[in-house]
Amino acid sequence: MKVRRLKAIALKEVLQIWRDPRSLMIALLMPFMQMFLLGYGVTLDLKHIPICTFDREASQNSQALLKRFAASRYFAIAGNVQNYPALVGAIDRADCKIAIVVPPDFSERLNDTGSTSVQAIVDATDDNSANIAYGYALAVVSSFSSDAQLLLSARQGNTLQQSQPMVVQSRVWFNEDLESRNFVIPGLVAVVLALVGAQLTSLTISREWERGTMELLISTPARPSEVMFGKLIPYLVLGWIDASFCLIIAAFWFEVPFRGTIFTLFVTTTLFLAVVLGIGYLLSVLIRNQLGASQIALLVTMLPTTLLSGYVFPIDQMPNIIQKITYLIYSRYYVTIVKAIFLKGADLHAMATPILFLLVYASAVIFLAARAFRKTLE
Amino acid sequence: MFARIKYILIKEFIELWRDKWGRFRLIVPPIIQMLIFGYAATFEVYHVPTIVLDLDHTQESRELVSRFTSSNRLNIVSIASSQRDVNNAIDNSDAAVALVVRAGFANLLRKGQSAPVQAIVDGTNSNTALIALGYVNTIAAGYAQDYTADLLQRTTRLQGVRQVQVTLEQRPWYNEDLNGRWFFVPGVIGTLTLVIVVNLTAFAIVREREIGTLEQIMVTPIRPAEFILGKTVPFFFVGLGEVALVAAVGIFWFGIPFVGNPLVLLLGTTLYLLSVLALGLLISTLCSTQQQAFATNFFVLNPLFTLSGFSFPITSMPEFMQWMTYANPLRYYLVVIRGTFLKGVGVEVLWPDLVAMAIIAVTLLTISILRFRKSLE
Repeated sequence: MKVRRLKAIALKEVLQIWRDPRSLMIALLMPFMQMFLLGYGVTLDLKHIPICTFDREASQNSQALLKRFAASRYFAIAGNVQNYPALVGAIDRADCKIAIVVPPDFSERLNDTGSTSVQAIVDATDDNSANIAYGYALAVVSSFSSDAQLLLSARQGNTLQQSQPMVVQSRVWFNEDLESRNFVIPGLVAVVLALVGAQLTSLTISREWERGTMELLISTPARPSEVMFGKLIPYLVLGWIDASFCLIIAAFWFEVPFRGTIFTLFVTTTLFLAVVLGIGYLLSVLIRNQLGASQIALLVTMLPTTLLSGYVFPIDQMPNIIQKITYLIYSRYYVTIVKAIFLKGADLHAMATPILFLLVYASAVIFLAARAFRKTLE
Repeated sequence: MFARIKYILIKEFIELWRDKWGRFRLIVPPIIQMLIFGYAATFEVYHVPTIVLDLDHTQESRELVSRFTSSNRLNIVSIASSQRDVNNAIDNSDAAVALVVRAGFANLLRKGQSAPVQAIVDGTNSNTALIALGYVNTIAAGYAQDYTADLLQRTTRLQGVRQVQVTLEQRPWYNEDLNGRWFFVPGVIGTLTLVIVVNLTAFAIVREREIGTLEQIMVTPIRPAEFILGKTVPFFFVGLGEVALVAAVGIFWFGIPFVGNPLVLLLGTTLYLLSVLALGLLISTLCSTQQQAFATNFFVLNPLFTLSGFSFPITSMPEFMQWMTYANPLRYYLVVIRGTFLKGVGVEVLWPDLVAMAIIAVTLLTISILRFRKSLE
């Protein structure tokens, strides 16, 4: 490999990028816009869950219970319905996610037997939201229940069991407020970089074929590996710029706690960019027409990166065979790494496994790309 | 006019179906993706790796720990002997939840005081952490309740105290088992279609322009609107085919119930495809090279997908973000597809979403036809 030829190819590629200002602008603006847009959108926290109430008793007791729902910061009363069809309609139209139904014999049963119940009808089409909403509703009802017990005991002059017999003190590590943003945004950086990277390079070679300039490139004395590295280096620089954008927005705009070091971030990001750019290059070599290259690039990057990387959906909850498939998703390693650096302040040593995987991936991709390119020449 | 459109149609179908690779790309990847994503996309949390540290060693503490052991939601991976074990396990992600019972737990319980149990949760995945914490609280509450009941039973005879309890019965509608797959698989159908159709259409005109065949077509007597129609109709059918294909995988492989009216879904799918096609066309008229079209696709598709309510609930987004989602056809289609699959609701409930998609389709189509005409002049 000669540095002079490498430089020439890189220079040509830089010019080509430079002369297509729209693509360059997209390459630089895209991570910026995506981080801003999606950073606000990616939250799994449930607040102000719309709730409907159906009070079939309308007593002091039932009103006291429903008032607690109105006061909870997790719920927002979307309406008080008066009959069952109205309730069905409200859930069907998704006006409310959960409906609390107080039965007509609520107080009666409470007075007679001491135990009574209310119903929580949950729109379970979204099972996760349904579970969380039910959990919050359960907490409201439980506190109502234990307060009623306390009140009764006190009235009867009994002071035994004034307090809850047992309390769970929860300590959440690494993400103290359980903000989903802190967990999703580092992953988002990985997703955005994977998309931008694939998009940057996957058309470089197929463009040459389609425009017929590949013949020219072949007729130069440049070797395949020189062509490859020459083409990749300018994109690596672009990738660094994009990565800095994303990481700065994550840390400063969205205020995700950053507990690691810039050095670990730089090393791992470079490695990841090498993989991403290499994959884009490999694809563009393998599939000569641009439509094909873009379709495959979209299919292998966008959805797998968002769904299989552990960015939102936890990998350890997937069926075994799918977990094995996720090892092929290179973003998975970077998602793990960025989260660990941001939230846990992990160093290179602690992340040896994902880094090793990325290294293997990078060398394999670059080796394959170089080979495939040589082959297409013959 | 119809004859002219017919020729464009035939030409497009031939172009789509001509090479083996092209056919392969239309059929095999969507099926594989549907299978994988159908399994992968779920927020259900089972078998949370848990570590237990019991420093009390009493009957009470053992009883509490055994309740955690017998839950299928938590999976006790190890029993720690010191706080350091606990810290290491959480640090190395060997455990996501740690349960610490301190010495003196039973003593406090017996005295009728609040006995603390510590739950340490790895918050890196806030959703899993939240759900796991919910399980811990439920199990602990069950223990506390039984303990109180037991104690009261023993003392009631002496003091005549009555026990009061209000319970909350859960009635999950449309998805009784709270199966996460039921929620996500219909969503994957909409998402896959979005990616495939926008990409195909976005390239349709740009490619002709870049190769130079657009000029050739323009010297034929065809009109711009006819040309666009001829260009989009094939992709419309491709889109319908894709929806049918992946929906079949969802229904027959994943066993997702389809309780609604297929005609409503067909109507919704038609409007959705039209708006998505129009989006692809617009991208096509905005770009002059395929590379630009490709870049624009990435630029557009990821936000459409993320801000659709596919996984992140729209009601939890900041208000200005919620407003932006109104321009997103996928947002409406997800309501339609989940509504018809799971809820079985019809036009009487879904009409706002159907109308919204129609408006998006008409607006985008008009803009792209106008733009296309202009770009020819």
